[in-house]
Amino acid sequence: MTALHLPLALAGAPLLKGVINRTKAFYAGRTGQPVLQPYHDLARLLRKGAVYSKTTTWLFRAGPVVSLASTMAAIALLPLGAVPALVSFRGDIVLFAYFLGLGRFFTICAALDTGSAFEGMGASREAWFSALTEPVLLLGLAAMVKLTGELSLTDLAASLGPQAMLEPGGAAILLVAASLAATALAENSRIPFDDPATHLELTMVHEVMVLDHSGPDFGFIEYASSLKLWALGSLVMGVLLPVKTGSQGFDLLAGGSSLAALAVGVGVVESVMARLRLTRVSHYLAGAAAFSVLALMIVQGNP
Amino acid sequence: MTPLLVCAAVLVLSGALAAVSGRHARLVGALGAVAGALAGIPPAFLALAGRGPEPLTLAWGLPIGAFSVGLDPLSAFFLVPILALTAAAAVYGTGYLGLRGRGSWFFYNMLTASMVLVTAARDGVLFLFAWEAMSLASYFLVTFEDDQESARQAGLTYLIASHLGTAFLLIMFALLDMGWNPPRTHAAAVFLLALAGFGAKAGFIPLHVWLPDAHPAAPSHVSAVMSGVMIKTGIYGLLRVLTLLGAPPAWWGWLLIAVGSTSGVLGVLLALAQHDLKRLLAYHSVENIGIIALGIGTGLVGTASNSPTVALLGFGGALLHVLNHALFKGLLFLAAGSVLHAAGTRDMERLGGLMKRMPWTGAAFLTGAAAICGLPPLNGFVSEFLIFLGGLTAVTQGRAVCGGVVVGSLALIGGLALACFTKAFGVVFLGGPRSERPANAEEAGPAMLLSMAVLAGACLLIGLSGPFVLRWSLGAVAQASGIPARSLESVLQDALAPLMAVSACGAGLLAAIVALAALRAWLLSGREVRQALTWDCGYAAPTSRMQYTASSFAQPIVSLFAPWLRTRERADGPDGYFPSGARFSTETPDLCREGIYEPAFHWLLKGALRMRVLQHGRVQAYVLYIALTLLVLLGWRLK
Repeated sequence: MTALHLPLALAGAPLLKGVINRTKAFYAGRTGQPVLQPYHDLARLLRKGAVYSKTTTWLFRAGPVVSLASTMAAIALLPLGAVPALVSFRGDIVLFAYFLGLGRFFTICAALDTGSAFEGMGASREAWFSALTEPVLLLGLAAMVKLTGELSLTDLAASLGPQAMLEPGGAAILLVAASLAATALAENSRIPFDDPATHLELTMVHEVMVLDHSGPDFGFIEYASSLKLWALGSLVMGVLLPVKTGSQGFDLLAGGSSLAALAVGVGVVESVMARLRLTRVSHYLAGAAAFSVLALMIVQGNP
Repeated sequence: MTPLLVCAAVLVLSGALAAVSGRHARLVGALGAVAGALAGIPPAFLALAGRGPEPLTLAWGLPIGAFSVGLDPLSAFFLVPILALTAAAAVYGTGYLGLRGRGSWFFYNMLTASMVLVTAARDGVLFLFAWEAMSLASYFLVTFEDDQESARQAGLTYLIASHLGTAFLLIMFALLDMGWNPPRTHAAAVFLLALAGFGAKAGFIPLHVWLPDAHPAAPSHVSAVMSGVMIKTGIYGLLRVLTLLGAPPAWWGWLLIAVGSTSGVLGVLLALAQHDLKRLLAYHSVENIGIIALGIGTGLVGTASNSPTVALLGFGGALLHVLNHALFKGLLFLAAGSVLHAAGTRDMERLGGLMKRMPWTGAAFLTGAAAICGLPPLNGFVSEFLIFLGGLTAVTQGRAVCGGVVVGSLALIGGLALACFTKAFGVVFLGGPRSERPANAEEAGPAMLLSMAVLAGACLLIGLSGPFVLRWSLGAVAQASGIPARSLESVLQDALAPLMAVSACGAGLLAAIVALAALRAWLLSGREVRQALTWDCGYAAPTSRMQYTASSFAQPIVSLFAPWLRTRERADGPDGYFPSGARFSTETPDLCREGIYEPAFHWLLKGALRMRVLQHGRVQAYVLYIALTLLVLLGWRLK
């Protein structure tokens, strides 16, 4: 029963988007689309042909493939609460962050390959946000490494838990959870960093980078973004609410439900908040970085 | 020692022969470089395996110093990339220079020979001799295109900076009894002098000012050698001095971590703000030297706190990064050289769309760019991962602040490097051409492509075989850290097991990419795949002039870090009811150059001008000076 996280994530990730959409619809007083709609969208995209811009090269076609592969590889390194990851070793935290980086590198290059001003703009903003989220993520995880003394995500998640919060330095867990949540929202282009529902190219960040993709390529991108939401979501929930029942089956179920709860939370945030003005994003991420540093300072004195 | 002396002799002789062989200079020069590498690399590998030759002392006609050379694991570790990269770059150079620059081959092979001697010298005088030869040979290569004012200026700055650095080294060697001997006293002073003297060559901020001028001015294969391996001789010297100084106090590690994070972060920020392709790459060398310093600093903190694991990870990461940076920075400079060769400009704002005209150069640049960003499964990740792991291990072992600084700066450097290289690759190779020349560019010739392919292959190979490379460099790590190899063996598994997993994950990633690409091909087979215009919000005639530019891509980050960059903007906006045109340009000067060196040299000049009152051309007064001097000397002698 080990390493079941990867199949669950691969199967369940699109559901999170469905939950977010339903939550937003509920807030807006609409019925909203079915929860399983993202799966239908993916199936429809995978059945289509494709249109490519004449400006593009093979890199544009490689972008979605590499970003999906690297997101899958990143999930293979992630535990879900007490459910261990497929691969776990000391320092897998760093490889996780850099796998996401690889996907981003190719997404940005694919966007620049179209030669469109809008996609260039989105690419520039994506590079900007992610340059700031990377230290937030790794410093926050460094604080957790100090707290638990463990260097792999699986062992780290296993040593966190409700009792860890009551021990000295437990406040750091909340700070890190907050900064990881900010990272997750920024990396997944959600409000308050980016609005996935916007319809104006000028205001989009992530969505504008993939304007030219179509058919199976776009399906890959959509699926990769669902997986990324699952990945960073399980990182946040692993720090904040690691459920450990002792039985792998229950743990898996509990982990999945905690992610669904997180998706509801994201939906609520998207319903009650507006998007930040673009220049404010840096301040917001600097705040998250300050949380990570503060957490590291709190646990620094721990034996 | 004979093979190594043969290697040096082949390099010197082929250089001299190239100087007189006219039209065949490139053939002689490149053959000499390759033959030198073939002669020198096998003994280096033997030395790394612990079976190095006995040190050798030959007759030496000078009253001071001695011709004594040796090859231990630390020397050998630096020798391998030096010989490999110079050989690859020489092959490239035959295509790049063509029949131009016949005179440059002499200096090229002299540069290689002097670098070989720098790593092998065991005597202070011989070392300084080789060091000076290295500086002079590279000076002549920097000023190779001396019809250009910028190259002459860059050469002058380089010459002054090298000699200021050497001045520190002279004092340092005086404290070391003119050789690689442990100092009797003043270990801290020796360390600081080495940091300043060798740091000037390596390019630590604020000693880096010569680097962004000199590297772009040289021909591209020389830039590759200078950036890839020549500046590493500074790192070699620093590590060599550290082996002499005994147990390091923790503050040395702290100082190097501070220097490393400053150089790393400021280096990548300055790189991001450039739009001259080779200048951008030169600033990235400052960044990568910063990463190496972070690794050495982590290692020193590990040694000082009796943690062999942290020492192994820190020094191991630093040394592997020396090797990796030689490969990917060499590759990037060679690819940038092909761009310059084909499109005639280094200004990124005039390039674009080269992927279609030069697919192989583009693929090479892409490999180098991904490697320098530290992305798996390429080699840059392996070494950065080791330093990250060293920082995180330091965090668990009660060095949370030091580990936090290392992890935080490496992560910030990584994120900014990704922004910088998506910009460089995206603007130069992707989209459409921004001017006439890149639209008609031709792919580089076979010699140039061959050397780029070899370097790109090495980047991938090391990326997938990290554990072997670390084990192979263990002797050098043991020597640099001052921890016996046996103690390192006992903690080696702490580094090898994660590296094994990294390699496995890298291979898994490649398999996933292949599988998904096959899935995509299968999905699209038999379906309609059309070509169309890029979607531009319904605008039907997008041109390549509407693309995002390098400056605009970098603008959000540049303005965020404006206080450290001081980017100057010049904008002539559209004017009037029927605007005829608009211009916008940015320029990011070097903060240290404008803030430190220009004022300092200004004051120096002012002070020097004051001394002019002594020299006014009156012979009587000069006679008086002589008489006074003699009188003073007499009084001193009689005392």
